[in-house]
Amino acid sequence: MIVKTIKVDQLARVEGEGALKVVARDGVVQSAELNIFEPPRFFEAFLRDRMYSEAHDIASRICGICPVAYQMSAVHAMEDALGVVVDGPLRDLRRLLYCGEWIESHTLHIYMLHAPDFLGYEGAIEMARDHADIVRRGLDLKRAGNSIIALLGGREIHPINVRVGGFYRAPRKRELQPLAEELKRARDWALATVRWTSGFDFPDVVRDYEFVALRGDGEYPFNQGRIVSSRGLDIAAAEYDEHFEETHVEHSTALHAHLKARGPYLTGPLARYALNAASLSPIAREAARDAGLGPVCANPFRSIIVRSVEVLYACDEALRIIDAYEEPERPAVDLEPRAGTGFAATEAPRGMLYHRYKLNPDGKIADALIVPPTSQNQPSIEEDLKIFATAWLDLPDDGLRHRCEQTIRNHDPCISCATHFLRLDVDRGG
Amino acid sequence: MSTGADSSREPPRIIVLCIGNPDRGDDAAGRAVARALRASPADVDIIEEEGEATRVLTRLEAADAAYIVDASVSGAPPGEIRRFDVSTDPLPRAAFGASTHGFGLAEALELARALGALPSRCVVYAIEGETFEIGAPMSPAVAAAVDIVAGRLRADILRG
Repeated sequence: MIVKTIKVDQLARVEGEGALKVVARDGVVQSAELNIFEPPRFFEAFLRDRMYSEAHDIASRICGICPVAYQMSAVHAMEDALGVVVDGPLRDLRRLLYCGEWIESHTLHIYMLHAPDFLGYEGAIEMARDHADIVRRGLDLKRAGNSIIALLGGREIHPINVRVGGFYRAPRKRELQPLAEELKRARDWALATVRWTSGFDFPDVVRDYEFVALRGDGEYPFNQGRIVSSRGLDIAAAEYDEHFEETHVEHSTALHAHLKARGPYLTGPLARYALNAASLSPIAREAARDAGLGPVCANPFRSIIVRSVEVLYACDEALRIIDAYEEPERPAVDLEPRAGTGFAATEAPRGMLYHRYKLNPDGKIADALIVPPTSQNQPSIEEDLKIFATAWLDLPDDGLRHRCEQTIRNHDPCISCATHFLRLDVDRGG
Repeated sequence: MSTGADSSREPPRIIVLCIGNPDRGDDAAGRAVARALRASPADVDIIEEEGEATRVLTRLEAADAAYIVDASVSGAPPGEIRRFDVSTDPLPRAAFGASTHGFGLAEALELARALGALPSRCVVYAIEGETFEIGAPMSPAVAAAVDIVAGRLRADILRG
């Protein structure tokens, strides 16, 4: 029997720190483990006994890349517990804030972390030496996302203007106009990004994922919608715990989430696109079609195109919201603490983010549960490796290691979020 | 060739970029240098940043000369001051890798260099940190180094 093991001790170009171990026997991959060894962070325990009004700012500290997602899932879950619905311009402003985060986070991943894989560079710095104009475009595009968050959130990272019930301060209509000018340029850069990424060479693979994402009511999902899947799941966020479970695996400090009925599933850009492509705006739909995406994209390597389409959509949607914006009478709706349990799922850039909070009558948090997208995607990422890597076992170790790392980067995992970077061990035998 | 137009040109834009987290022990060193420099005004922009690479890059792009102060973790004795002229050579990455998302000061400087956006004069002062605990004060060795670096920066800037 020929045994082969490949190990990557520190995964590069992923958010956080992890490692990878692949074991092959007689030319077939037997196991692939994504090891997450960051220490657990106990955020759910920190939240207990804090006020309902504090959770979103505490939870947002889980991630410097997607703090808005943590804020949004938290405020929606609290509003669910308190029986309040935030609608109208305040709802639109939340979508606008989320557009900023998608633009910023996706663009960082596309240009700085993922594109070097396709163009044969060690990283973004090496790529910038040959493609300075492209990297500049990426940085300018990312900056447009930062501008949205800075304007609505008060600052670019860990915004401070979000509250349960709305915002501390709603922007004046005239304040949004300079942003619109920047976003019009950003939309052109985003379209160029879709065209650029669609010209990359992709491995010809497909996976039979069960896609899970929110489905909005005729809108591409950010904050709200039912949780649906490509195999017929259609539930409210309040039913999440009935259908999904998290389990501990020995090789990781992050929990692994599964559908109780069927096992691994995939959330994130590929899932959102497969379940919501019809709700993209015309310019994004057209760009997706011209990029050759089709109604469903099941090749995870092509996720970079889907991410680019989502950036284009986010720019376009942000412009729509700014154009239609009417200043709200008040920046937030009134709330009264009460006992209850609230549930919410929103769409973080890398996938669905579920929060559940149980509140005491005085508004203090009795119990909190946070299921980040990387915990949900980890079993599917390991399956990708197990399925794809067998065909790559004849590659030299460096080539094999690179392909395995790229397979992980396809899903833009945020390991810092999931723990609650990468070593690669490949055991080929012999 | 010098022409009359030169006299109307804007003076070179000099920035002092002070990087760190004020609430994490010795990571506050760069920010403390900013405060020390503001106490005796010089004709420079003193800018404080938490160290996110694309923001650092934006600051560098807008400057003709940049002096950067950051805490380092290299195994040197706490409070040790090192000066790197990064106009020509990269910063040793290993000592400045303390970014949560793997893209820190060293990478920002090299990205700026690759993009032709690195100021022609670019100097990094590193103060070796000892403790990076959340909420902890700066260690005495680092606090002492802050005043020394502020003094050296004034001398650097006056020399031009």
